Amino acid sequence: MPPISQSSYEVAHLIGATVLMAGFQLLYQRRLFAVLNTFAFQALALAAAAAWQAHIQNAPHLYITAGLALVFKAMIVPFALHWLVERLGIHKTVETAMSIGWTMIAGVALVALSILLVLPVTANAAALTRESLALAMSVVLLGLLMMITRHNAVTQVVGFMALENGLILAAVSAKGMPLVVEISIAFSVLVAMTLFGIFFFRIRERFDTLDLQNLETYRGDRQ
Amino acid sequence: MLIAAALSVFLALAVLGVLAGDEMWRHRVIYACCALACAALLIGGLKHLGQTPGTGPAIILPIGLPWMAAHFRLDNLSALFMVIVNLGTLAASVYGIGYCSHLPEPRRVTPFFPLFLFGMNAVLIADDAFMFLVSWEFMSLASWLLVLADHKNPENRSAAMVYLMMAAFGTFCLLTCFGLLAGPDGAYSFPAMRGSLLTPVTGFLVVLLAVLGAGSKAGLVPLHAWLPLAHPAAPSHVSALMSGVMTKVALYGLIRILFDLHGHVSWGWGAALMVIGGITAVLGVLYAILQDDLKKLLAYSTVENIGVAVIGLGLALAFKDSGEKALAALALVAGLYHMINHSIFKTLLFLSAGAVITSTGERDLGKLGGLLKRMPWTGAATLVGAAAISALPPLNGFVSEWLIFQALFKGPSLPHWAMKFGVPVVGAMLALAAALAASCFVRAFGIAFLGRPRSKAAAQAERVPLTMRWTMTVLAVLCIILGAIPVTVTDALSGVVQPLTGVHFAVSADLGWPWLSPVSSTRGSYSGTVLVMTGLTLFVISILLVHRFGTTKVRRADAWDCGHREDIPESQYTGQSFSQPLRRVFCSSLFAARETVEMPEPGDLAPARLTVRVVDPIWRYLYLGIVRVVDVVADQVNRMQFLTVRRYLLMMFATLVFMLLVVAVRQQQ
Repeated sequence: MPPISQSSYEVAHLIGATVLMAGFQLLYQRRLFAVLNTFAFQALALAAAAAWQAHIQNAPHLYITAGLALVFKAMIVPFALHWLVERLGIHKTVETAMSIGWTMIAGVALVALSILLVLPVTANAAALTRESLALAMSVVLLGLLMMITRHNAVTQVVGFMALENGLILAAVSAKGMPLVVEISIAFSVLVAMTLFGIFFFRIRERFDTLDLQNLETYRGDRQ
Repeated sequence: MLIAAALSVFLALAVLGVLAGDEMWRHRVIYACCALACAALLIGGLKHLGQTPGTGPAIILPIGLPWMAAHFRLDNLSALFMVIVNLGTLAASVYGIGYCSHLPEPRRVTPFFPLFLFGMNAVLIADDAFMFLVSWEFMSLASWLLVLADHKNPENRSAAMVYLMMAAFGTFCLLTCFGLLAGPDGAYSFPAMRGSLLTPVTGFLVVLLAVLGAGSKAGLVPLHAWLPLAHPAAPSHVSALMSGVMTKVALYGLIRILFDLHGHVSWGWGAALMVIGGITAVLGVLYAILQDDLKKLLAYSTVENIGVAVIGLGLALAFKDSGEKALAALALVAGLYHMINHSIFKTLLFLSAGAVITSTGERDLGKLGGLLKRMPWTGAATLVGAAAISALPPLNGFVSEWLIFQALFKGPSLPHWAMKFGVPVVGAMLALAAALAASCFVRAFGIAFLGRPRSKAAAQAERVPLTMRWTMTVLAVLCIILGAIPVTVTDALSGVVQPLTGVHFAVSADLGWPWLSPVSSTRGSYSGTVLVMTGLTLFVISILLVHRFGTTKVRRADAWDCGHREDIPESQYTGQSFSQPLRRVFCSSLFAARETVEMPEPGDLAPARLTVRVVDPIWRYLYLGIVRVVDVVADQVNRMQFLTVRRYLLMMFATLVFMLLVVAVRQQQ
């Protein structure tokens, strides 16, 4: 394996940072369609990151990963969600459980935490891996943060997908991750997407909204 | 060889017990075979004790965990306990031959009885922690099934529940204790544990867990709560085994860990055990005095006697740590002697309680009375047992308690000031317990066997089958024999304690057979043999004299009847009235005993009522306290079941971030 040149390292860093920035953008959006577009952009950046890693690591199977990310995450999932939102006539603002300013601050704190955590742990690894892992972990935590600070089911799904993006980013930057893992992740995302879609229809049918707060009062096990 | 054969016989009998069905003769045959196997084990144990001191050969069987064979070994200590255990089990098995036909459902008892015997014997010969714990659980679960034999009674079901929980707690403590003894390398065989070096903290924990684990099985206060519930719930011959024998197996575990495997227990633990033993003895006998249920009374008296034996063990630990090896041997001999004695007379008393219940169907003292005339054999045997447990000379109970007192009197020679002052206090507690025990058994025997029958059932009591009567008689004779030849017993015991205390100690060294003079001939000596001989001689002489010089004319006159009218048995002294003074003196503050009198209005013909309310402080504050805490915590946890999805995610997220923070902070250091 030839040593990675300074320029390719910087490009990799740039693309990874783009994925992370897209994560912040996701937190910032107030409109559902904007959230979906941002998500598509994040997936695009992820595909680029995978392709770049395939190039510099000389690992052709990562191109497949890039292709999967591009097709499933950047195209099929956003289009399907778009279609669902249109079809169901969902209210198109994002309902937040925590003000956007505070969410951003929490996000910055999470990024700081993951850098603080990953850099010492991976002291012996290559610089590229270290940076990428820190970025990937931040993306995962931001995805989780998005899931817990949004009421709407669609935004929760997007948060979940963003979390997956972080996982794939981590997978492509660590050398030797088998392709099988990435393919299975990609398909599980697709299956999850289908399931969510079905649930959206059911929820919508019953409650006329996708705001999950309304579900709570209908739970049979509540006493 | 003999032992292995007997143990496999138990397992085979358990299978046959399942197949026995309702045919009574099959149950009788199974009990008879149990008795034969117990006799074989008894002989095996005695034979080993008779040999020169030393450990038997290790037997390794390829059973159990795949990477660890099962180790067995018979040394002096286990041989002694094998004798203790199989004396009791032999008696209970022979008794069972006659008793099983009186059980409501013998099918629920016969299969588990041999399993119980198997478990107790296997604990004694286990030579690694794994086999020890497996056999221990075998013993617990088999006895639990026997407690559940009469499962239609809801009281028995809740007793079995409490027993199961305490047994699980005890085994958990022992498991952890052995884990600590085995160390990180997992040396689970006992010889490997003996050599291991323990840090002070580990050593402390080992002793603590051993006391909790074995103590909960033996019934040390405050872990005794299950014992008076579970022991009386089982059929009487099983109660006899649980009370008389299984508690000894528990004490065997305690001795094995504290004196053999651990080896260097500090004197502080000896002091703690003595205090626990003293409290156990006093509280146990006070509880016993308050009981109206005959079997519950006996179960509480077991708690008391375990306390007495544990005082001996604690004293032995304290002496051993202070380098007074001869005195340690004396205290340990006294404790072991008391265990032998208690196993005999408690088995006897439970068997006689079983006989009383069989022939009257009553176990409430308030409904018994006058049984001595209807059941003379049972009555006489019970009288001997009651006298022995009350520590009356020349019976066996006296010898062991006297020896414990002799050891306690040497307590001030310990170097620690706490012990110099503490030992006399424990001695006072022991004396109090002994005196209260005597009054407790005067009450139990007097109310049940003397006076007039208090119910129809008691008036129509019938004799019990021959095997039951014989068993009780033999046990009563054993009580006398063990009291009459104390030196022979102590000599055998000093061979047992030699490897544990590291010194050979002859209790009779000063004056020689048959005199016991544990400290020195001037400080105190006792000979049961001489006492029995003198007593018998005087007895015979006085009978001869009375016959020779007494008048032969038969006179008939009304005896003075203490103002008691024969047709109203209720006007007799009752169990409640007997215990009232003691209850007022000791239990008003300790158990918050309160009496309320309800007098009817003048002109109302309703009887006046005296209600007594007694609160068990340990049950109320310790056990119910734990239950309350668990309830509160469960309520709080229950709320977590009804959160929204987002909240659950939030909790996961918060936990994740917290863990990451912990890692991050630790890295910085």
